[in-house]
Amino acid sequence: MSANSNSQTERWIIFVVLFVAVALPLVFPLGLKTEVSDYTKMAWDLIETTPDSSVVIFSFDCDPSTMTELQPMAESMLYHAFSRNQKVIAMALWPQGVQMADMAFNTVKTSFPDKQYGIDYVNLGYKVSGIVAIQAMGQSMEEVNPTDIAGTKYSEIPMLKGIVTIKDIAYVNSLSSGVPGIKEWIMIARDTYKTPVTGGTTAVSAPGFFPYINSQKQLSGLLGGLKAASEYEMLIGRIGSATVKMDAQSTAHVLILLFIAIGNVKAYRAKKGSKK
Amino acid sequence: MKRNLPLIFAFICGIVVVASDFIPHRPFNLMIDTLQNWFMIIVGFAILLGQISLFQSNIYKIQHKVSGWYYYLAGLISFVIMLVLGLLWGTQEYQGLLGHGLAVQAWLGSKPFDYLFDNAYLPLSATMFSLLAFFVASAAYRAFIIRSFESNLLMITAIIVILGRTSFGGMLTSWVPESYSFWHLPNLSDFIMEYPNTAAQRAIMISAALGIIGSSLRIILGIERSYLGSDK
Repeated sequence: MSANSNSQTERWIIFVVLFVAVALPLVFPLGLKTEVSDYTKMAWDLIETTPDSSVVIFSFDCDPSTMTELQPMAESMLYHAFSRNQKVIAMALWPQGVQMADMAFNTVKTSFPDKQYGIDYVNLGYKVSGIVAIQAMGQSMEEVNPTDIAGTKYSEIPMLKGIVTIKDIAYVNSLSSGVPGIKEWIMIARDTYKTPVTGGTTAVSAPGFFPYINSQKQLSGLLGGLKAASEYEMLIGRIGSATVKMDAQSTAHVLILLFIAIGNVKAYRAKKGSKK
Repeated sequence: MKRNLPLIFAFICGIVVVASDFIPHRPFNLMIDTLQNWFMIIVGFAILLGQISLFQSNIYKIQHKVSGWYYYLAGLISFVIMLVLGLLWGTQEYQGLLGHGLAVQAWLGSKPFDYLFDNAYLPLSATMFSLLAFFVASAAYRAFIIRSFESNLLMITAIIVILGRTSFGGMLTSWVPESYSFWHLPNLSDFIMEYPNTAAQRAIMISAALGIIGSSLRIILGIERSYLGSDK
């Protein structure tokens, strides 16, 4: 067997083993517990301590490719905000974020059937131009959002009465999988208008945002990846998809470590063989 | 004139935007409002321009039968289907040219655009991202080999962070006494992410910011002209 076909076989074995390792815990959950990290707790604290009836923004700056990680976060944080009786404005700096917001509302609304559109929550839709749209909301929310996604005028939406600029928002929660996203909200909403910002992002992107969690509170906590989403579910006492998926992710991570170990043993043996 | 006019515009707009940040009063605040509105309108048109460009480049590739032309055809057909369905019956609360299509909704359970979004685009998109796991596993097996002191260090850090970010990490070191809680894997992982990682990220961010300031100044002052379509 040639080295090339050996390599192909190895690749297929890795793929099959990984598939089984991910699929099995999804079918038969292991019920592994995760420990709550400081950054997740900070995000939870912000929502928990925001007064009742405050108007908050949930910005869906993402698309379906990252929904496995971001949607459980969005649902948990939305559930938390609704349980604290906060009024939620959903918007999106990414075109497909509008649908992601609708999906989150539909899921969470099953636990809060009394929440009404326009009174407790609203979807203002996609905003083009990212950071400039946020900047313009610092001058006038209505100018940037003349209508909601159903075409209802801003001034006719009951929960938006009294919300003139972004300064009237209690906090911004950006579910972000790229640019524009959390960084743009920090730069304008937090740094210019002093509106607290929190958010959630993929595990891969999270390290890039950690510098913003500092003594200046540029970012009030951050949910990074599926683990943070499962931690949040634990904090609000609502077991959701993140907790179940976390078992699969944990197994996959351990398996990857195992692959690394096998790869090293193989490389060591090859090196030893070539010396002989 | 064709070249100088955009340079003059770029200079004036650049200076106004910078000045408005330091002087948030008349006339700068009014000027920045106008510029922001212009930008949002132009970006809206840019989306349209992008779609036309996508159409043109795909048609060219299909006509000239470039390698894998059928993928471009599939992309184009998908684009047209979504566009037509969206135009005819709208999306979610928006109505289309034929209204909300109640009969179609009764048959499909939702509007055709939303139906395809939920049942085709959404799972396909998530699948593309999820496939990364397989490539990461394969790449880790091949590339994560201990060869030097640096790679050794990287390997140890990776093991701590990977384990610390899983549910197994906490279980593995749950026996560690409270007084040594720093050595508990999730805590160790958090320490690496919060301190060495953040320090490195800050250095990268500060360097990038300085670079952005430099290149912005070059554009404002007309030294950098590649955005005009030529570097001359």
